[in-house]
Amino acid sequence: MDAIQMELLKEVADLDALPVGAYNIRADGKSIGRNSTAHIIITPKEDKPGIDIRVLAGTKKESMHIPVIMQESGLKDMVYNDFHIEENCDVTIIAGCGIHNCGTGESRHDGIHTFYIGENSTVRYVEKHYGEGDGRGKQVMNPTTVIHLGKNASMTMETSQIAGIDDTARSTSADLQDGASLVVREKILTTGDQKADTVFNVDLNGKLSSADVVSRSVARDHSRQHLIARVNGNSECTGHTECDSIIIDSGRVLAQPELEANCVDASLVHEAAIGKIAGEQLIKLMTLGLTEHEAEEQIINGFLR
Amino acid sequence: MLLLENISFQADEKTEILKNIDLEINERFTAITGPNGGGKSTLAKVIAGILKPTTGRIWLDGTDITDLGVTERARCGISYAFQQPVRFKGLRVRDLMKLAAGKDTTLADACSYLSEVGLCARDYMDRELNDSLSGGEMKRIEIAMVLARGTKLSVFDEPEAGIDLWSFQNLIRVFENMNRRVSGNILIISHQERILNIADRIIVLEGGKLQKTGTRDEVLPELLRSATACSVLEAKMEGGNA
Repeated sequence: MDAIQMELLKEVADLDALPVGAYNIRADGKSIGRNSTAHIIITPKEDKPGIDIRVLAGTKKESMHIPVIMQESGLKDMVYNDFHIEENCDVTIIAGCGIHNCGTGESRHDGIHTFYIGENSTVRYVEKHYGEGDGRGKQVMNPTTVIHLGKNASMTMETSQIAGIDDTARSTSADLQDGASLVVREKILTTGDQKADTVFNVDLNGKLSSADVVSRSVARDHSRQHLIARVNGNSECTGHTECDSIIIDSGRVLAQPELEANCVDASLVHEAAIGKIAGEQLIKLMTLGLTEHEAEEQIINGFLR
Repeated sequence: MLLLENISFQADEKTEILKNIDLEINERFTAITGPNGGGKSTLAKVIAGILKPTTGRIWLDGTDITDLGVTERARCGISYAFQQPVRFKGLRVRDLMKLAAGKDTTLADACSYLSEVGLCARDYMDRELNDSLSGGEMKRIEIAMVLARGTKLSVFDEPEAGIDLWSFQNLIRVFENMNRRVSGNILIISHQERILNIADRIIVLEGGKLQKTGTRDEVLPELLRSATACSVLEAKMEGGNA
């Protein structure tokens, strides 16, 4: 790997070297490194680009890294990754995509991740998207995540897109069986003329299933964001969605909650707050000796932590 | 130390909140009291640089700070504790304590500041300053931040406001300790007799004007007498109405 690839890898997966455990590193549309372990088996798909990841029943406290890095300007990469997590597992999956585009072509990565999470399994999924480069070509990412949660399974999904992605359409859908739970923490920062569309569609099908979907975002300059958070309560369940956004300059945010209760025992809540940074927050930090600009940075960094 | 010369503050064309205040503060512990709407909080904000006076000059240790903004005044050595502490989504107690102390605060440093205000650092350092903290907890953290700054002038705007009785007992102890341990001067806006009782000097501000200023022994007995007179009068009126 060259220096730019190493830098991207550090940025999206916090890796300085090849990770310990299972991994698959995809660079410019090809796998450049892959490792399976006794409990996590990674195999390439034969009919389309992508991999199958199988986590054997009872695998506990293991992690895997599946970062994607791109630096070939104009490359359009589409990848299908399927995660088959068997019963009684407890694993962490570090994904993410970094694009370095110094050319004039549009670099684009569309990742379609599908999770089949078995009974009583717990998954933490971390996904970071990052773009850089001084070329005129755009960095585009359109991640699609499909989650099937089995009985009493749980998934925590932490996604962040903090810099450099010009255009994104993010789609996450989930269906939950009895006692399953889904927690989503999304963080998005858009600047310049960037655009970010996010759609969540959660079906709470199982008795006592729950979803907690929280999106925090900052829209600066002329960027715009559109969030749709849809939760369907089809059983005795609890659903909570929250959209908190800070707008700066001429940033625009449209937050669109959609809650549908199809069962009398479904309890669904949505909260949304969009606005500029409160003046008193800036003043508080300025009374500690920060300039207004430093105060603004602190508030945004904390908000998107 | 702090010198206010002919300070006035006009909120709009008709409302003058501070009227020609001349005040020199050199005492270790000064309390400003007076009826609500008398201009106390406005004066505190003028000193911290949050509000700019319509007329007058402000001097700190011989330097004219009138035209300095909030940041510069903070850097000159003025701390200000808000009456209504500000909440932040995402920022943790650790972050603000670090900013207040101006260096990487260790758990031990933070522990001493937070324990001064009756909080255990271990339980609070990683808490977000959001709605999950009660008003009393926010208030104590606000005071701990001022302690961590350790500046030459600390201004507290009604620290007792919104605090429960149990916390109030501890708060008094905090200010008693602060009086002994802090090297800088303390300016506190308060209605509480127990806080006025530990002040070296008491200033009464009413209708935007200085009504009285003097040592605790000169001002407090008279204040308490007038408070008693008022409560007697109120009781009589209530009795009469009944």
